[in-house]
Amino acid sequence: MDFNFTEEQSMVRDTVASFLQDKYDFETRRKIVASESGWRADYWKAFAEELGILGASFSEELGGLGGGAIDNMIIMEEFGKALVIEPYLGSVVIGGGFMKHSGYAGAASVIEGIVGGTTTIAFAYAEPQGRYTWQDLKTTAKKDGSGWVLNGHKAVVVGAPFASHLIVTARTGGAQRDAGGVGVFLIDKSLPGVVTRDYPTVDGNRASEVYFENVSVPADALISEDGLGLVNQVIDEATAAVGAEAVGVLRKLHEGTLDYAKQRKQFGTSIANFQVLQHRMVDMFIEVEQSVSMIYMATIKVDESAEERAKAVSAMKVRIGRACKFVGQNAIQIHGGMGMTDELAIGHYFKRASLIEGLFGSVDHHLKRYEFLSFDAAA
Amino acid sequence: MNLDFSPEDLAFRDEVRAFIAENYPAGLRDKQEEGEEMAKEDFLSWHRTLAKKGWVAPAWPEKYGGPGWTSVQRYIWSEETARADCVPILPFGINMVGPVIYTFGTPEQKERFLPPTLSGDIWWSQGYSEPGAGSDLASLKTKAERFTGDDGKEYYLVNGQKTWTTLAQHGDWIFCLVRTDPTAKIQEGISFLLIDMKSPGVTVRPIITLGGEHEVNEVWLENVKVPVENRIFDENKGWTCAKFLLAHERSGIAGVARSKRGIERIRQIAAVELSDDGDALIKDPMFKRKVAELEIDLTALEYTELRTLAGEAAGKGPGPESSVLKIKGTEIQQRITELVLEAAGHYGAPYFRGFPKDGDNAHPIGPDFAHRAAPTYFNVRKTSIYGGSNEIQRNIIAKMVLGL
Ligand SMILES: Cc1cc2nc3c(=O)[nH]c(=O)nc-3n(C[C@H](O)[C@H](O)[C@H](O)COP(=O)(O)OP(=O)(O)OC[C@H]3O[C@@H](n4cnc5c(N)ncnc54)[C@H](O)[C@@H]3O)c2cc1C
Ligand SMILES: Cc1cc2nc3c(=O)[nH]c(=O)nc-3n(C[C@H](O)[C@H](O)[C@H](O)COP(=O)(O)OP(=O)(O)OC[C@H]3O[C@@H](n4cnc5c(N)ncnc54)[C@H](O)[C@@H]3O)c2cc1C
Repeated sequence: MDFNFTEEQSMVRDTVASFLQDKYDFETRRKIVASESGWRADYWKAFAEELGILGASFSEELGGLGGGAIDNMIIMEEFGKALVIEPYLGSVVIGGGFMKHSGYAGAASVIEGIVGGTTTIAFAYAEPQGRYTWQDLKTTAKKDGSGWVLNGHKAVVVGAPFASHLIVTARTGGAQRDAGGVGVFLIDKSLPGVVTRDYPTVDGNRASEVYFENVSVPADALISEDGLGLVNQVIDEATAAVGAEAVGVLRKLHEGTLDYAKQRKQFGTSIANFQVLQHRMVDMFIEVEQSVSMIYMATIKVDESAEERAKAVSAMKVRIGRACKFVGQNAIQIHGGMGMTDELAIGHYFKRASLIEGLFGSVDHHLKRYEFLSFDAAA
Repeated sequence: MNLDFSPEDLAFRDEVRAFIAENYPAGLRDKQEEGEEMAKEDFLSWHRTLAKKGWVAPAWPEKYGGPGWTSVQRYIWSEETARADCVPILPFGINMVGPVIYTFGTPEQKERFLPPTLSGDIWWSQGYSEPGAGSDLASLKTKAERFTGDDGKEYYLVNGQKTWTTLAQHGDWIFCLVRTDPTAKIQEGISFLLIDMKSPGVTVRPIITLGGEHEVNEVWLENVKVPVENRIFDENKGWTCAKFLLAHERSGIAGVARSKRGIERIRQIAAVELSDDGDALIKDPMFKRKVAELEIDLTALEYTELRTLAGEAAGKGPGPESSVLKIKGTEIQQRITELVLEAAGHYGAPYFRGFPKDGDNAHPIGPDFAHRAAPTYFNVRKTSIYGGSNEIQRNIIAKMVLGL
């Protein structure tokens, strides 16, 4: 049994941590969020070229550094600690995930672009009516000669404003909620008929509503014509990565609260001396530790069978979703009025934690999936 | 035990309903329902309408301009205004400083301040908290030193900083706790002062909160000259007024009627939004259960409030039991916002505050309620912090009720 990181993994962690410490302090992040573009393209370039982390999770044959899910976990946790906006999740975890698992003919060159930072990807999967049922699709892909024509509307595509490419799910067959006929496409965002409406999100990121209006895509855009299994796999990996990000966010919420409680004086003493707050901070600590355990568990199991993977990811997301709420809410409460201000970082961690709670499925969604997998599917 | 409304009460309810239907502006209702930020005029127009009718201060004694309602009538009033999504009457003048003035003020002070408080001509702000004095209110440092002015009159020179002052950007007057005797024991050297916010030396600076709102402020007081006649009650006896006010602040803080309306809204939203199964969200067993639990908890709170009201009707003042109402009431308010955010699904993420209202690309996307779901969820975290945090309320119950 061994929960240690390899030397390479430790190096990745240290490199990322020290870059973010120098260049991604809270004030810098605030400026990034408020800027016209909403991200730092030069940082993205630095991730690719200076730090080399965009390749950390790809095998060497694919031009990467030979890592995998654990590297994504490590990087996402550090990104969580600094509330990084840049689209590692969309490009590397999701875009890269589809390339790794699909047998897509163009995978090698796409991965080259991802690793080099020139290809940025956003994942257009959710639809207004579908909630967390990924196969609930009104977007259609119709065969047209050798290529396809896409029509539809994708909701809240996070990172789309920064993306050069979109990975899109669309019906190649079947009815709206069928498991079969879920097509997956990789398309250039600048294709005619791709209409985006960009906006900020409450946690400081950017997203778009994406509309496909008779978008003609070439035959080689098709990653999979019947790919629900693939979609589930990649979303599970993305969920694990977001769980790791949550761990980074939770650590900062907890640490920040301890620091504040020690320093804030009321009634002639630091508020950290009130036992009710001590016990609360202990409970927060327990939540954080349990989250760390769950993210290790889920990351280790991400490469196992579809059922094992799904169960592990859902169990993790339930636990981490609850931790996000408990730790986040109490961090604000213990900060008192200061916790409510936009000026302090703590509230921004709370906001990110609150959105992660619902990302790739709420607590209820994953609890239901876990129940189904462990009771109904087995029966 | 009898929980039925009398025929008179039912007639009163009909009268209230009819009045609201005729007089409450529909535009305001929509704004309130969407959880949009209210402008100063939005608050004031309804306040003025009620003032004209004599209904703006349900709890005030008749001789100061109250309507002379029984506690049951007051309860009906709060139910009906919440049902109709009326903007709340801001508490600072009506629930807080008004009762302090009619209880502790001189006849001149009552005459000078009560009518404009009722009419809405004075917008009051509450200057209690300071950067170093939150839960520990008595440790406040703002100084008021007495001196005789060139005109031979007596004044206080006030210096210090107040914070978290709600809606002070609109304020005409601020009621402040100030330290008039720095040598006395901390609760004994405090006085209760009314300060005209147009006085030289008063500066209001915004604090932006998590949902992006400008709701609270810092108020700086630098060499502000305040006539001694603006002090309520005796010098150094302000703590008596402060405690009296806090007890009033807590009554009505349960917000039962508004939470009922909040749950009704969740039901409406969840009847339309779809769950993972593609069915109405309200049919989802997990979501439904959370709404049911919320309703049951709200019922428990409602009956606890009714018991408190009955006690008040029988002549018992609002006691430390009101802390129960504060704790449970705010927890329920917070859970309502959690469920609304959950119902919004993906559309809880987009952020549209400050977007221009017109222009092609300006309208929020997703269902109407969704774009306010997250900001409201963040904003309502305040309710367990302000008005005496829920930890402080539990300390009060431990000490005053349980004798620990
Ligand atoms: C079934 C059972 C088996 C046991 N077996 C053994 C055994 O084999 N050998 C043995 O030596 N002992 C044994 N114990 C004793 C056990 O270790 C004690 O019950 C335990 O240490 C608690 O002490 P107490 O019962 O005196 O409770 P108390 O110490 O009186 O505590 C009462 C309550 O006050 C709380 N409390 C106390 N101090 C604090 C504080 N500083 N802050 C906050 N809360 C506080 C406690 O958490 C508890 O809720 C057993 C007890 C039980 C119930
Ligand atoms: C949105 C908003 C509006 C407000 N409006 C006004 C206003 O209009 N006028 C005004 O005067 N004030 C206002 N306040 C201030 C409010 O009353 C204070 O925030 C509140 O009293 C808490 O003080 P604090 O923020 O300094 O927190 P602190 O007192 O620093 O408390 C921090 C944490 O420690 C806990 N704590 C403190 N002491 C104890 C203890 N003895 N035991 C256990 N736990 C403890 C608290 O519960 C809290 O969780 C407002 C606050 C907010 C957030």
